[in-house]
Parts: sequence; C-alpha cells; structure tokens
Amino acid sequence: MALTYDAPGVDLSGFLRPKADGGESLELLVKGAHCAACIAKIEGEAGRLPGVLNARMNLTTGKLAVGFEGGAGDPAAVIQAVARAGYDATPFDPAQAAEAQDREGKRLAMALAVAGFGAGNAMMFSVPIMAGLFGQELGPHTRTLMQWMSAIIAVPCALYAGMPFFESAWRSLRVGKANMDVPISIGVILTIVISFIETFLGGRDSYFDAAVSLLFLLLIGRWLDHQLRAKARGAAADLLALQAPVAATLTEDGRERHMPLSEVLVGDLLIVRPGERVPVDGVVEAGISALDNALLTGETAPVDIAPGAHCRAGAVNLSGVLHLRATARSDDSALAAIARLVEAGAQSKSRYVRLADKAAAIYVPTVHTLAAATFVGGWALGLGPREALLRAVVVLIITCPCALGLAVPAVQITASGRLFRKGVLVKSGAALERLSEVDHVIFDKTGVLTEGKPRLMDASPAVVAMAAPLARASAHPLARSLAAEAGPGPVATDVIETAGQGVEGFIDGRLARLGRAAFVGAEGAAARETELWFGFEGDAKVRLEFSDRLRPDAARTVAALRKRGLTVEILSGDAAGAVERAAREAGIDAWRAGLDPAGKAAAVEAAATEGRKVLMVGDGLNDAAALAKAHAAMAPGTALEASQNAADLIFSGEELGAVVDAVDVARAARGRALENFGFAALYNAVAGPAAVFGLVNPFVAALAMSGSSIVVTLNALRMSTAGGRR
Amino acid sequence: MNIVMMLAPMSVFLALLGLGAFWWTLRSGQYDDPRGDASRILNDDPTDRPL
Repeated sequence: MALTYDAPGVDLSGFLRPKADGGESLELLVKGAHCAACIAKIEGEAGRLPGVLNARMNLTTGKLAVGFEGGAGDPAAVIQAVARAGYDATPFDPAQAAEAQDREGKRLAMALAVAGFGAGNAMMFSVPIMAGLFGQELGPHTRTLMQWMSAIIAVPCALYAGMPFFESAWRSLRVGKANMDVPISIGVILTIVISFIETFLGGRDSYFDAAVSLLFLLLIGRWLDHQLRAKARGAAADLLALQAPVAATLTEDGRERHMPLSEVLVGDLLIVRPGERVPVDGVVEAGISALDNALLTGETAPVDIAPGAHCRAGAVNLSGVLHLRATARSDDSALAAIARLVEAGAQSKSRYVRLADKAAAIYVPTVHTLAAATFVGGWALGLGPREALLRAVVVLIITCPCALGLAVPAVQITASGRLFRKGVLVKSGAALERLSEVDHVIFDKTGVLTEGKPRLMDASPAVVAMAAPLARASAHPLARSLAAEAGPGPVATDVIETAGQGVEGFIDGRLARLGRAAFVGAEGAAARETELWFGFEGDAKVRLEFSDRLRPDAARTVAALRKRGLTVEILSGDAAGAVERAAREAGIDAWRAGLDPAGKAAAVEAAATEGRKVLMVGDGLNDAAALAKAHAAMAPGTALEASQNAADLIFSGEELGAVVDAVDVARAARGRALENFGFAALYNAVAGPAAVFGLVNPFVAALAMSGSSIVVTLNALRMSTAGGRR
Repeated sequence: MNIVMMLAPMSVFLALLGLGAFWWTLRSGQYDDPRGDASRILNDDPTDRPL
C-alpha cells in the first residue's frame, strides 16, 4: 500500500508542525536506514534543500526530524530528497508525533538515578553503623552522627524518588481505592519518620538506607514496565503511519493536496488511486472501479462501483481512479459503530485482574495485619511502645514488595523482547498474562489463515505465457497477480485499459483482450469476480480463475496449536464454500461462514460464557469487535487501524507461526512469574517472622532486600534463552 | 575523626556531580537515539548538530 509522493506539485503542508520560534518542523518515518552511511546520506540530501535549517535522523526510532525556516517548508521536496538517497519516507501525523515525546520515561529515569544516588551514599554511612553492630569500635556519638548524615542524604532522595508512588497512591485513595502504591508509600514514610525519632533519641537502629533502597528496587520494576509499553506504543504507531498515512484531496483549482486523515472534512473531494485504501466514507463523484471489502466484511469477491455509489473507509480501490466526496470525518466514518463495539469489549478486558494485583490482594492485608499485631502484641508483652513500633516498621520494610514489584515486569520485558525479535509486538504486560491462559483459538479466514491476495489457480503455463504481455500492462490486482506468476517478459503494445472492464492491446501484432467475460467476448459465461478471461480477436476465450491461498504454514500452525492442547475454529464473513475449503486445507473441523461483525462478537462471547478463554486472531474491521471481546487478541501488521487497536499483540511478517511462538512465550513467562512469586512468598515467610521477633537489624534488612530482588531478576532473565523453541 | 568529617562530604559532593551529569545527559536528549549515536562516530563530517 505504499503511496507515491514523488509526483510533482503534491502539497503535503498539512503535516508541518509550527514551532515556537516561528519555524516549522516535520517528522518522517524512514524505512531501511541502519548504518552510519545511511545517516550521512539522508541528512546530507535533506539538509541541502532550500529552507531547511537542520535534519536529524534518529536510527533508534527510524524517524527523520526536519526543521524549516518559517513559511519555507516543503515536505514533498524532503521526501524526494530522501528517495534520491535511496530510502522510502512516509510523513508522520503530527498528532501522533506529539505523543512520542517521552516525558514520563525521563522522569522515571531521573527518579531512578536519584534513588540510586541516595541508596549508595546513605549506605556509605550505614556501613560504619553496621560494623558497630558486630563489635567494632563505634561510640554512640559517632553512630548518631553517621545516622544524621544518612538522613540528610536519604530523606530528600526518598521524597523525590518516591513521588511517582506517592502521587499514584494519592490518586487511588481519592477515588476510595487502595492500589499497591498505598502500602509502599505508607511503608516508606513510616520508616523515615521512625528512623528520625530513633536518631533523635540516640537509638541504635535507623533505616534511612533501607527506605531509599526499597524505592530504588521498585523504580527499576516501574521503569522496565514503562519501557515495555513505550516501545510497543511507538512501534504500533509506526505500523499505522505506514498503512494509511494520508488522504489526497483535490482543491478547487485542481491541485492535489495530501493531508493527515484527521484533517479531512465532510464535503472534501478526494482522489483514490488503484491500490490505495478509501480514507473516509464517501460517495463516488466520478470514476468506475471495483472495491475490495475484504478487511471490512471478510468477503473476497470485489464489488463494482460507479458514480453515486457509497464506499466505506478501509476498502481497497482495485482498478480505476475514483473521485470521492467525503460524507464523514475520519473519526466518525463507518468505523464509529465498530469502535463502540470495541469499547464495550475493552471494558470487559479492563476488568481482568493482573497476576501482580492478585498477589497484592493477598500481600497487603497479610503484611499490614502482621505489622499491627507486632506493635500491639509487642507492647502488651512488655516491649515498650518505642521498641514495639520500631519492630512493626521493620516488618513493613523488610517484607517489602520489591520482589513483587520486580517479579512480573522483569519477566514480561524479557518475554516481550524475545517476541519482538520474532516480529511479534506485545502491547502490554497484561496481554501476555491473558494469552498464557488461552485454551481456544478462533481464526478469521481472509488475510489471517489466507494471504488475503488473489493468486492464480491451476492454469496451464502456456495460457499464462500467452496472456502475460497484456497482464503486465495493467494495474488491476488480478492482472498483477497473473503477471507475477508469469515473471518478466514482453509487454503488449497500444494498450487501452477500460476501468472495471479490462485491457486490450496488441501481442505480436494480434489484437487481444484480457478482462471480464463480457468485455473479452466469452459467451454464455456467468460473470464472476474472481476470474479473468483472455482471448485473441476471433479465437476461443480462456478462463483464468483466481483464489485466495492459505498461508504456507497455516496447517502446520493449526497442528502445533492442537499439540499444545488448544482447540481451533474459523469464524468468517466469507461465503460457506470458500470457508469450507480453507478449513479443510488447514485441518480445522469447526468453522462458521457468513458472519457479520456482531455475529462474530456474539460467537466469541458465547464461547466465553461456556468458560473458555478465547484467543481471537483477526485483521478486518469485521473482526474488531470480536478481537476486543476475546480474552486475548492478535492481529497481523496488515490489519486495519481499528483491529490493531483492539488487538493485544500484533505480528508482522508472513508467518502464522507467530501465534504459536506468542503462546509459548506467554506460557513460559507465566511460569517464571509464578516461580518468582513463590520465591517472594518464601522470602517473606522467613523475613516476616524474623522481623516480628526482633532478629532483624539494618544490616540484615539491607542484605535481605537486595538479595531477594537479585534472585527474582536473575530468574526472569532466564526467559530470554530457555524454553519455547519450536 | 577529622578526616572523616572532610572525606564524607567530599564523597557526597562527588556523587552529586555524577547525579548532575546524568541529569544533564537526560535533559539534553542523549538517550534518545543510542543506535544512531553509536554509528555517527564513524562519520567524518560533523552531521550531529542537535535540533
């Protein structure tokens, strides 16, 4: 679906973003840049253009940022310059680019650095205190001095580094709920306050370093989780930008202007060339063509359209150039109804309780009860309020949730890193958790089990070779497919293409026609959409039949899923015959055909009420609602925006085997996460009682906390190598 | 003991310098493109004017 921007006179100024200093900036997604020479070539070509102040290629994100002097910006010229350097560039919608600035990530990184600084330096003063615990010479005055030094460093650091937790705890308390950050905040603040009191009274134990180390370890988990989501968001936005970046509008003076989809207004006149996707709903003003609605309805047969006909956003224009009058904005195109279904489904998904939250639901009441009991019990048994309170706080801090906070993010980031290398994009950690529980897989047919493109079916090579010269001259997808089958060769001369009918031209001096039955002159043949007819003037006419082929590894994937104890089913919007054939070839017994979007969603819901956890794999708009309703959802990178948004995982590449990989990795990740929880429970079962009975001092606390976190992280890193090989 | 009173603040000061340096690298966008920066060093022309 690559659009060509190099036609002169195309106006892309809708993609420019005004800057504070009066200039303008532009972001382009550049494919294929990967080395130092690429940077030099791209920046050199773009930087030489008139009006360009600076050009910077970011290899990590694959984006080229260009700054223009005010009013001098010409995006089309930059795209041509990048093309001269040998790379494809696509303009990036400014609305999406603005989100890419990762403020939250920078803030977490800084909080992490401050916590690391605080933990290290507070520890420097804690070491002499700890040494004093083991009988080294340390007078009480020196100890108090060290404690004060520790406090001066640790307290400001804990307050800064703890802000993400305090803010989140406050937000959740204000709506009357308690999330994991509430006990963390209480633990940290109580620890600091008690340590202050102890230091002031000249007591032996203070836990300033423990409070900051706790925040440091928890922030590592937070930061990992954030990196995972930010990376997935960025990659998902890139996929969508490549897919349907622009709408081409015609201005009143006949000039063509390309603009972001979000800026198309009702009443705009749009141009849709063959091979392009219809950007918004509209009515045909001029032009005859056929539309491929496969992504909208799952039907593989093209639909003919003529002036006055309605077309829906997402359909692919197959043969002729169309002029459309937009009847809806991008936001409320026919997509809107589907989007509502998706939202309803997404709400049911947000009710899913993540593993870490399940663990927290047990952890929080247990630990707080234990701490309260320690205080009350200790006081009742004659410890004195000060000692009893100190022990209660030690219980809170040593049973710290750092293993909990790290256990899951560390596993999930290694798991999704592994999937990313295989071309599978994981949108969130919760998605992996849901995927691991799946026991039933539902496939859409068109574009998922099949390649979603028409391929020539068993025709004799002689006929293919005869028709190929005409096919090479046509832009029609069926003709293209025929030309691809025949390979390179001669092209027919004096070719005239009639939109929606066919092509005619001379092959070796003889007039020949390729196209619909009526156009070619085949008599008595029923006109079907997935066939072409070919014949020389006066000769017998030959039929060439096309069909959507299964992906090469479809049957293997289905077998692999069965081996893992999953059941497989097809839900399709296509006709029964086509679905049955695909099901037979892929080795699937259960299939249903002719379903509309609501029907698919209902089928997924019915399976869910039977207690099955459904993985839906679909690409079309007709799948979006089902994707959102399913327990877990996957979509190929070629899917429509609505479907990609509704899916949890997106796989790029031709292989359906990505589904098996994803299931394997998700299951392995769940296993690791559970192991980590088991370890954290074991650790707390030892450390908790030890703290209750006063066996813990600051040295033991520091050792135990970091030790448990390191074990959990190392176990998570095993994810990147072990298990899940097919 | 006197030497501790000198060394301790000094080490804290040095660590603060490190923290400040990290803050500066973060603010000036030096982690925005680690792959690109690794490659840029191979280019002879100074094409790394920041935006």
